[in-house]
Amino acid sequence: MSRISDTIALLGALVIEGLVALGRFMLFLVNAGIYVFTPPYKPRLTIRQIRIIGADSLFLVVLIAAFTGMVLGLQGYVTLSKFGSESALGTVVSLTLVRELGPVLAALMVTARAGSAMAAEIGSMQVTEQIDALTVMAINPVQYLVSPRLLAGVISFPLLTTIFDVVGILGGYVIGVGLMHGPSAAYFNGIQDNLVAHDIVSGLYKALVFGLVITWVCCYKGYHAARMAVGISRATTEAVVLSSVLVLVWDYLLTSILL
Amino acid sequence: MNPPGSNGSGRNAIEVRDLRKRFEAQQVLNGVNLDCPRKQITTVVGPSGCGKTVLLKHLNLLLRPDAGTILIDGIDVTKLRSRGLDQVREKFGMLFQAGALFDSMSVFDNVAFPLVEKTNLSPQEIAKKVNEKLAAVGLEGMGHKFPSEISGGMQKRAALARALIREPEILMLDEPTTGLDPTRTGSIHALIRHTQQRFGLSAVMVSHDVPQVFEISDRVAFMHDGKIRLYGTVSEVMAADDEVFMRFLAGRATEEAGAAAGGR
Repeated sequence: MSRISDTIALLGALVIEGLVALGRFMLFLVNAGIYVFTPPYKPRLTIRQIRIIGADSLFLVVLIAAFTGMVLGLQGYVTLSKFGSESALGTVVSLTLVRELGPVLAALMVTARAGSAMAAEIGSMQVTEQIDALTVMAINPVQYLVSPRLLAGVISFPLLTTIFDVVGILGGYVIGVGLMHGPSAAYFNGIQDNLVAHDIVSGLYKALVFGLVITWVCCYKGYHAARMAVGISRATTEAVVLSSVLVLVWDYLLTSILL
Repeated sequence: MNPPGSNGSGRNAIEVRDLRKRFEAQQVLNGVNLDCPRKQITTVVGPSGCGKTVLLKHLNLLLRPDAGTILIDGIDVTKLRSRGLDQVREKFGMLFQAGALFDSMSVFDNVAFPLVEKTNLSPQEIAKKVNEKLAAVGLEGMGHKFPSEISGGMQKRAALARALIREPEILMLDEPTTGLDPTRTGSIHALIRHTQQRFGLSAVMVSHDVPQVFEISDRVAFMHDGKIRLYGTVSEVMAADDEVFMRFLAGRATEEAGAAAGGR
């Protein structure tokens, strides 16, 4: 009898613990969101974060986009030529990139580069009492550290995704047309005829949500890093893993809503 | 020399009454009473885990107590909400254990930070004040260095300059000499005393550096099991002949002798 009630108590405690953690996670976002719109505004801090999240990730995003586009061009050409429909290559490459691969791959790359750095930086500030120092100086640490990153993420991700899409489409062209000698005019005509505004907008919606989710998760994990030797590394790992998983989960949800 | 009772608030910069705080199963503060007189250094000592750091985190408003009151300049800070708390925070400067300098900024920018963020002073006025404070802690000409490029002792000096930059009335210090060798410990202690007297500060310090820290303390509070067990001037506390306190002093001495022997 007591074993059963113990098990129930344990289950209840786990559920409550989970709900409390989820609540804290949500409140963190609400708090940071409110401070985006609360003076004093610090555009300087936001611009610096846009540089770190956006501009500094540009080379990596261009590199990954070029190879993604190239491999799509190669695979697409080989597959389509079996059906004699090489002329559809532009449509296939552009729709795949704009609707799906652009937002997701750009988000995963930026998570690996900027998201991990964000979690590690805020985590080390937590562990070495720099966040407490901000509080004691009457500076709200969420407003100073988290809100500018959140805003910068929401601004940077759609821009990076757009660049990813364009570079990827050019990469597909270089391989599909340049290397495999597919029909050149058909590539761009296909894009013009079949890629509609809804495709582009839904891709950018995804990028916007990913930008929010990644900066939220990475800031949260860093902010709550444990004050011990492994605190920072654990926070960074958890931030990257959770961000990546959430990007793919949200991608499915958004696709099913936006389709 | 007994834990202080209630008396007039005019004399004291900080008064703590019956402060209690529990973390899950552990009662960390179990009815703390403490007075920090104006323009004096009050030092809280005690074995690790006795709750002295938690006490300081209540005084600098990072933690909220479960029960009890804290009067800072006569204001009960346990009743305040965010804006009121920020107003009280303007009254004090805090030196953190490891300095807590922002490692993304130079020493100069670290010291200037509170002025840049919280005042409307011109860059020239800020530079003048920062250089004054850097000189006061013996760091003139070091402003361009980053925290990672200077020694632990210098980091504490820079952090002290940052704590002083807005000319606070109250200075709080969390184990200011942790991780320093005895020579540097002495020079940081001398600097703290000198600064406290020069700027007429009320200071409250948590320290494990017994008995060296007694040289610069006006009042000593010995904390044990979440309570202030002894309180008074240094000579009063030493004369109390309290068994637990004596064991604490002896224990520190043995520990240090052991560490020195092990180092050879």
